[in-house]
Amino acid sequence: MSSARANILARLRAAPKVPAPERPDWQAQGFNDRLDRFRMMLEAVHGEVHVVTDETWRAHLRKVLAEKNIGRVLAAPHLGVDWDDQVAYDSPVEDFKDQLVSGIDACVTTTRGAIAETGSLVLVPDSDEPRLSSLLPPIHVALLKAEDIADNMAQIMEAQGWAASMPTNLLLISGPSKTADIEQTLAYGVHGPKELIVLVLQ
Amino acid sequence: MGADFSTRAHDALNNPQLRANFRRAMDGLMTKRAAQFEDQDNWNALRARGAAIKARALARLPDLLEEFEQKASANGIIVHWAETTEDANRMVLEILNSHGAKKVIKGKSMVSEEMHLNAHLEAHGIRAVESDLGEYIIQLAGEAPSHIVMPCIHKNKGEIAQLFTDNIDNQPYTEDVDALTAAARQVLRREFASADAGLSGANFLVAETGSLVLIENEGNGRLSTTLPPLHIAVAGIEKLVEKLDDVAPLLALLPRSATGQAITTYVNMISSPRKPGEKDGPRQVHLVLLDNGRSRVYADEQLRDTLRCIRCGACMNHCPVYSRVGGHTYGSVYPGPIGKILTPQLAGLDCAGDLPHASTLCNACVEVCPVQIPIADILVRLRTEAAEPSASTAVKGAGSGHSAVESAVWKGWQAMYANPAAYKIGTKALSVLGNLIPAAAPLLKQWTSVRTKPKFAGKTLHQLAREKGYDNE
Repeated sequence: MSSARANILARLRAAPKVPAPERPDWQAQGFNDRLDRFRMMLEAVHGEVHVVTDETWRAHLRKVLAEKNIGRVLAAPHLGVDWDDQVAYDSPVEDFKDQLVSGIDACVTTTRGAIAETGSLVLVPDSDEPRLSSLLPPIHVALLKAEDIADNMAQIMEAQGWAASMPTNLLLISGPSKTADIEQTLAYGVHGPKELIVLVLQ
Repeated sequence: MGADFSTRAHDALNNPQLRANFRRAMDGLMTKRAAQFEDQDNWNALRARGAAIKARALARLPDLLEEFEQKASANGIIVHWAETTEDANRMVLEILNSHGAKKVIKGKSMVSEEMHLNAHLEAHGIRAVESDLGEYIIQLAGEAPSHIVMPCIHKNKGEIAQLFTDNIDNQPYTEDVDALTAAARQVLRREFASADAGLSGANFLVAETGSLVLIENEGNGRLSTTLPPLHIAVAGIEKLVEKLDDVAPLLALLPRSATGQAITTYVNMISSPRKPGEKDGPRQVHLVLLDNGRSRVYADEQLRDTLRCIRCGACMNHCPVYSRVGGHTYGSVYPGPIGKILTPQLAGLDCAGDLPHASTLCNACVEVCPVQIPIADILVRLRTEAAEPSASTAVKGAGSGHSAVESAVWKGWQAMYANPAAYKIGTKALSVLGNLIPAAAPLLKQWTSVRTKPKFAGKTLHQLAREKGYDNE
């Protein structure tokens, strides 16, 4: 195995050296109204954007969940989601798998920020909101602070210093799960959530 | 495979269903891509950046591989190196066996197709379940992907409906795409929940941070890399990029070129296995780095550009040959223009020497390539290598297409064109006698079997010009 490594590297090193080209200039887009762009892009891929405030989001969320006839909600307790049938992801997946795979109707997670250009949420799963939270339940509700929307990916990566300390998992989420594998016909919720609802806190 | 391309192409061209399926799909993909790159200045600047990022990473490839390995290992990812697909298959099998794994759920991975991993695992008692909807469908059909991004693009919903009815318990026949998708979700959810391991590819490997970047729309890639206790990724050694911020421009190119999407639904960056205190994610993450001929391609400065490919599939979507004959006709894992240059280099011109000829050299692939791979130039280079090998040892099977007759014909042509007297006699002879040669004459037959033999004019161009009063100048 280590000989494979040595052989591959030796072959690559024996190849003709060419100078590494510089990266030519390219600027990603900026936006006057980042929220507007974010909303436009996310809605274009079947996501929902609701603008709320610090004071109103819990009541608004309750209304949304009720309208969708949601039963069980997965949320970190510290969020203070106002919903009776609520569970927390408080044990390892091995003990929580059955419920997670088929017993939860919606999840609520926070976000690290968002990207206006592409309508993308940035999520960094942690022990309160593990990786599968935003993936297995059929509806994902994400909380986003309006001031955390950046123009583009390059900007948010730099501003949040991703390269210096990459977490176990870092995700960009741009809409609900979808596929066009059957005759290029869009279908939602093929493996992940069927619906993505972003509550933007302004 | 040999000369089979033309036979398969003939069959494909006479299959109206297949042609309709591809025509519809390719037209849709071309339109959607065009809408993403309306601003030509931005497109040109962006693809120049993308090409430079990949060229830069290739220029530093051995250093970057070591840097990646060091960072990824420090993060807890176990890195393996495989010289051949056999080695890679063996490594994956060993890892699975050491965990007692009996079922592996797969995210979409072209490198795993290159390895024919599923067959290898099945032969050793491990079930591999494809979870990308398109891959799941072709696995049910027992077929290979016909497109690198949309593997079941050759099938229509009637065919898929029948496959589901035949293979899924209590599944009524329906052509409703939402219902078909829901049925697959249900079946695959159970497979995910009970899988012992997940297997994926990787779109980019970031040397700076030791991270794997995977993009997808369905969420099956995230599930494969998160739910099972063990994750094995397989990736070609050319997937390296230097910096994390190189990923941003490449992501601005890849999904837009591939499917006309501004971005895929999910961009999944994985930098370590589950850490203490975390509640999910695999407890072990392995990455198998596959060479399989890539380091040989790398040894040639011109051919090296092939390794810039980010597997968007735009070249096939825009190819007048691919869009008419479909992916299976190529008889190789990577079809279309990129396959025509990659496959003969990985497998050897002796195995896939007909592929560089399956092109009109129209250059459409070069115009849309987001990383500016000079596909047409490389096609010509490979044709030349097959007939008259150069000093380069980078092309496996070079010279395998050499024909003494063809070589003699071209040498004669060269001699005739270099000598005015011979040229005059030769063209004169053809204008008088050319029409007497039957279309089915031995050397002509291959060419005239699909074309009408042209009629020779009664007078040569020189004769006509002189009659019009032009002198020798």
